[in-house]
Amino acid sequence: MNAARHSPARSIAAHAILATYTVIALFPVIVILINSFKTRKAIFGKPLELPSAETFSMIGYQTVLEQGDFFLYFQNSLIVTVVSLALVLLFGAMAAFALAEYRFKGNRLMGLYLALGIMIPIRLGTVAILQLMVASGLVNTLTALILVYTAQGLPLCIFILSEFMQTVSDDLKNAGRIDGLSEYRIFFRLVLPLVRPAMATVAVFTMIPIWNDLWFPLILAPAEETKTITLGAQVFIGQFVTNWNAVLSALSLSILPVLVLYLIFSRQLIRGITAGAVK
Amino acid sequence: MGSLKLDNIHKAFGTVEVLKGVNLDVQDGEFIIFVGQSGCGKSTLLRIIAGLEDATEGGVEIDGKEVSLTPPAERGIAMVFQTYALYPHLTVRDNMGLGLKQAKVPASEISESVDAASTMLSLDELLDRRPAELSGGQRQRVAIGRAIVRKPKLFLFDEPLSNLDAALRVNTRLEIARLHRELNATMIYVTHDQIEAMTLGDRIVVLNEGRVEQVGSPMELYNKPANMFVAGFIGSPQMNFIHAAALGRSDAKTIGIRPEHISIDGESGDLTGSVTHVEHLGGDTNVYLDCGAAGLLTVRLFGERSIVIDSSITATFDRDRTFKFDDQGNAIT
Repeated sequence: MNAARHSPARSIAAHAILATYTVIALFPVIVILINSFKTRKAIFGKPLELPSAETFSMIGYQTVLEQGDFFLYFQNSLIVTVVSLALVLLFGAMAAFALAEYRFKGNRLMGLYLALGIMIPIRLGTVAILQLMVASGLVNTLTALILVYTAQGLPLCIFILSEFMQTVSDDLKNAGRIDGLSEYRIFFRLVLPLVRPAMATVAVFTMIPIWNDLWFPLILAPAEETKTITLGAQVFIGQFVTNWNAVLSALSLSILPVLVLYLIFSRQLIRGITAGAVK
Repeated sequence: MGSLKLDNIHKAFGTVEVLKGVNLDVQDGEFIIFVGQSGCGKSTLLRIIAGLEDATEGGVEIDGKEVSLTPPAERGIAMVFQTYALYPHLTVRDNMGLGLKQAKVPASEISESVDAASTMLSLDELLDRRPAELSGGQRQRVAIGRAIVRKPKLFLFDEPLSNLDAALRVNTRLEIARLHRELNATMIYVTHDQIEAMTLGDRIVVLNEGRVEQVGSPMELYNKPANMFVAGFIGSPQMNFIHAAALGRSDAKTIGIRPEHISIDGESGDLTGSVTHVEHLGGDTNVYLDCGAAGLLTVRLFGERSIVIDSSITATFDRDRTFKFDDQGNAIT
């Protein structure tokens, strides 16, 4: 053991900083979770206390599950997130591969153009997007949301993935060409598995803003049958009375799917089959 | 079944000209080495032959057939890469068989081919492993096996030994030489290592800044270098170049003499200098002499010699082994 790297003082300091950060990051989540299991009175009386025998209540969850089409909202959110994510990853990776692999006139310009979206918030175009959706009859459909989110996610995806694609060994791709693999097989079978950790990173960064978004569902798809979960939770927030039990329960429930998706992708971040491909 | 003809190959990346007109004829069954410093265009030339890169100008003929528009998989070539480039998700067996599978060869024929190649390279026990479970030397043998399975007209090697350690490099070098004899196939081999070039090649192509400096057998290049570049590139330690004026000669601009063709036992000789450094290699002893106006002189002596630093030594050149170069650096014969 190296004494200099394992001095107790340093290690305590490091842990203290990390622990503080963890507490700050988790605090709002924990507050939502514990209060979702309490009676209305207890939420306002002792918001920081754990639910006890007399304050424990499932009334919030009951309301959520009985009132409103909560499972439909859930389903809508999942469809929009998963489909957008799949499209972003597929098209983003393909564009990134083309930019990284092929030399053509205007390659750099094209790369810059495709990455421009990172700097320009898509919400600036809301009015135009709404007009477009009205004109094409896509208002109040999940397709509208999927299209917007795909456009929103592509720039960052292309930017990150094209950097990673450049690190994939040219020799490997050339070996594939000599063995007669098509460019599509080279892309799907050789290159994609090698940039899987990068894909997982992009997936996480793309997924969370889509899942949490309230803006576009509110504007493009506010109809009952296309509401997403963030929009659906708003029904419990009234102008005069807010059903806090229901709001907190709805929020707690909405954490679950995104947590599951995150766990799936973060496993990919750690795992890698790159070892042994090239030295 | 495996001749190759390069006709005035030019290649430019943007405004940078990498190859400036390369012509070459390779006979069936020949072992050809492309050698040169990094950046001289030797790998680019190999990739043009493979079809991975398009020539800006000029044509490639394999077996008398113009192939400039043929995709790599249909050129009848196989390539071994410096970084092995094995498919990480496939077993050794599938790695070796993929090319044939893509060419729609029946499965029984593929497994026959793979088995023959694996026996030849003693890979039998590794066939079901994945590349990640192999050592560097084993990976390179698999990569060579993958090339053999395709039964190509032309084998292309792109610095295949550069990533191996010294002992493995010698073994694999011998293996490649043995394969060339057994398969009797045409091989093109790119390297920057002159030992590999000298030991493996039937003929060596010395490239410099996108041009062919000289083509010849290893001994032709050693004994009759066409110019100072080839003379300096082939042979280790490097040939000594001395201003002819410093030797009192006027029939050339520069005089070249290899370190192994200088003796130090004579009473009077061509140059006298003081010893600046001595390298003891066991079999050889390299002595570095500072000869004043004539510059630094390297002398290679055979066997173990005890020579004192700073002592004065007289060097005598082997008269028949000196080379004369004109002011363009070309050899005068």
